[in-house]
This record gives sequence, structure tokens and C-alpha cells, in this order.
Amino acid sequence: MTESTDNLATLPLDGWHRARGARMVPFAGYDMAVQYEGIMAEHLWTRNHAGLFDVSHMGQLLLTGTGVAEALETLLPGDIIGLKPGRIRYSLLLDDKGGVIDDLMVTNVTPEGGDEAYYMVVNGATKYGDIADLEERLPARVKLEHLTDRALLALQGPEAAAVIDSLFPGVGDALSFMQGTSRDWEGVALGFGRSGYTGEDGFELSVPATHAEKLANLLIADQRVRPIGLGARDSLRLEAGLPLYGHDLDCDTTPVMAGLTFAIAKRRREQGGFAGAERILGQLADGPPQKRVGLLVEGRQPVREGALVLDREGNEIGRVTSGGHSPSLGRPIAMAYVATALAEEGTALTLEQRGKLFQASVTPMPFVPHRYHRKQGAA
Amino acid sequence: MSLYFTKEHEWIRVEGDVATVGISDHAQQALGDIVFAEVPDAGRSLAKGDDAAVVESVKAASDVYAPVAGEVVEGNGALADDPSLINRDPEGEGWFFKLKLADESELAGLMSEADYREWVKTL
Repeated sequence: MTESTDNLATLPLDGWHRARGARMVPFAGYDMAVQYEGIMAEHLWTRNHAGLFDVSHMGQLLLTGTGVAEALETLLPGDIIGLKPGRIRYSLLLDDKGGVIDDLMVTNVTPEGGDEAYYMVVNGATKYGDIADLEERLPARVKLEHLTDRALLALQGPEAAAVIDSLFPGVGDALSFMQGTSRDWEGVALGFGRSGYTGEDGFELSVPATHAEKLANLLIADQRVRPIGLGARDSLRLEAGLPLYGHDLDCDTTPVMAGLTFAIAKRRREQGGFAGAERILGQLADGPPQKRVGLLVEGRQPVREGALVLDREGNEIGRVTSGGHSPSLGRPIAMAYVATALAEEGTALTLEQRGKLFQASVTPMPFVPHRYHRKQGAA
Repeated sequence: MSLYFTKEHEWIRVEGDVATVGISDHAQQALGDIVFAEVPDAGRSLAKGDDAAVVESVKAASDVYAPVAGEVVEGNGALADDPSLINRDPEGEGWFFKLKLADESELAGLMSEADYREWVKTL
């Protein structure tokens, strides 16, 4: 992606990052903190303790109005009608051909006895396109509000829950993976969701921009928490086997190709009725032409996005969509799309990067096991 | 012994007719954690400006260019096992390769150490 350095907008924690020595880079139209002490150290800190990420560039939307859930189900393949208040679901905004416009998280934030309301977090680089698309394709009765006055922080890692519980007693207890709640804090509403994009247990906190610094300071005052840049966020999500929009997911990929069939609810598979359903249900029944796979790359050199995947005869049969050094495993790993016949675990593949060949084998993802907090017996 | 730099952030230390080449402290800081380095084999002939070596950080890959022409007499084998040497001691143990100078007059086109250190402050 080419980024213009002109017209960069400033996020609420911009000065906070700079004051802590962050290296800032343009991303998604903003100056963003890419690293503090170094990607490797920040990555490992998050895997062992708790990392604080500023993800305020992401779009926070609020959808209200009668029949919002039904309306959203025309665009998303998830079970939104069946999503209970306080529950979060990962879903996909689909175009009419079943291509992925964006991946997102939806939380049912309907207050008890109140009108139905859904809070949605979408990617930063796609948010304005998503908003335009939603406004065009959702019925007029649905009201979409872009919550531009809020910041979004993520606290991720095995010590995140203990930190949250010490600062906000009861929140950790109240939430399992993919559940949300809110609390009054310092006179403002603080939204919590137990989710994230690192593979670790963690929380995302939506806070009014006016209180973002105060919240960030509160969190890093705990010795277990360090601020982490976007560089480590990317290596963490790669190890977690999670696709990144614009790289591993785009309008040319369907949820089935991307290996995201878990996001297509059982009822929706039976009933259809979402954008691109015909193609997606066809791929569910007959298999997709290509699949997203994980690759263990031999040697030490990272193989990155754009490298070709070759068959034995040297024909291009796919492309690497994300790749790099895995700090946890100390070796290169990658994700690629390959012809379905070559997506079996253990399949040996050749990669080509800048004229050099690399051997790789298809491996199950995640590369590093997820450690989400799922309560016994919970769905 | 003389030390020179390029605007591409290579350093070159000349002793007799052999030069040792590496990347500057400024370059390793900009790259961040280095996870891979590939150095040229002895015997390889390099023209000035050729891609001579590869260095990869967690973030990105970069080429290291030959600051002057010459024949490689040694690649730093230690970097294959421990590429983080480049982060720890970029202008010492983290050297990339040594080459036998083809044309000493090319050195005149490089930056002096003092000029380079001043220049990187402006970046």
C-alpha cells in the first residue's frame, strides 16, 4: 500500500507515543507507533506478560434502528439475529460476489429493555469504504454512527486479565472470550470486549478520546504492561494464523478460500440470504479453488508477501500473502493461497522471492497456539 | 587505516588494499531487530554499486551495496549463525565482507566519517 505523508490525521495518543520514544510511521492515513524498544522484545513481552496496543485507527461504528440484525444479515454471513446482548462475533462484510470487503467484530450492545444496538469495529484502512458501503446497502431505517470521538486500546497477553481485574474489579470475571461489557469510569463509559488479534487472551477497550491518555497511563503504570507498536502486532497475528485485511483477505477472496468458514453460521448455511451466498455456499459444498494455508519455511531467511508459490514444474500456483520471521518460533513462517489440491498438511512447496528459491511445507495454523479465555461449557 | 561511508549507510574500512564493509550504526537502528544476513562468497567480483549482501529485519529486507569495486576475499560467516551481531556491533564484529580493492581512486568519492556522522543527524 502506498501511503501519502500529506494530510496525515492525528490520533488521540499521538503525543503520548512520541513522549515514550515510539518510532512513528504513516499507516491507514495516520501517524502510528510502529515500535518502541524493538519489535522482537515487544512481541515476546506480549506473549509473556501484557502488551498495550493503540488501535484507535480502527473504525468504531454504532448501528441502531429497528431490525438492524436482520439488515446486517443481508451483508454478513454470521448469525447476528442470534447474537445475545454482551456477545461479540467475528464476521465479514461481503460483496455481491462473496468477496470480502472487510473483516470485523460485531458486539450486541442492546441495553436491557432498550432498542437494539450493535457496535462494530472495522479495519482502519477500509473504514470509510465500509461506511459508504453500509450506508448504501443497509435500509434507511438503520442508523449508522461513526464514533470518531473514541479511542481504542487493546491489552493482550497472559497477564492482561489480571491487570484488568486489578484496575476494573469484576470485569475479567464477567467476561469470557468474545464477550463484552461496559463500565462507568472517571465519568465516562468504558467499553470492554474480551478479544484481540494476537492469539493471546486479552481485552479491547473503547474510551472517549478525551480520556485515552488517562487510561493508557493507568494501564502502563502496572509493571506487567508495556506499550507495543504495530510492528509486533503484525508478527503476533501472523503467528496466531489470523488473516490481515488487504493482505490475506480482499474482494478476490471468499471466506471459504480464506479458511474462515467458522464465521458462516449453521443457520445461514441452511438459509443463505447473505451477499454472495450462492458462490459461498457452492464453495462450501464443492470446495474452493484455492485455500489459505500456513507455511513453515526452511532456513532462516524470511519469505514475505508477494513471493510466488511454485509447483514441481516451476509453475506459479499461488502467492504468499503474509510472511516473516516468527519471534516465538525463531524461524520464518508465511501464509499463502494455493490450489486446494496442494493445501494438505505436509505438502512440500517451493517459494520464489527475488529470484531465489525456498523450500516450505504446509502446516496447520495457528503457528503458535491460541490462548483465548474460554469458560468451561461456554459456546 | 581509513574509514569511509556511503549515503546508503555502508561503511568501508581500508587497510592496505583490502577493505572491510558493513552497515552503519544508524542503519542497524533504522532496520531494527535483524534476523537474517546473506554475505557474498570469496571470489565474487563486485562492481561499485552492485547488490553485494542482503540484510533482513523483522520488518523488511534491504540490500547492501558494494561501495567500491573489487573481489570478495571473505564473507563474515558468523552472521549466518548470529545475525543479531549486526545490531550489537554494526561497525565492528557485525561486518559483512572484505574485498580487495580494484581501484583505490574510488575511495575519493566516499564520505569521511566526520561528514557522515554530521549528515545522518540531519536525516
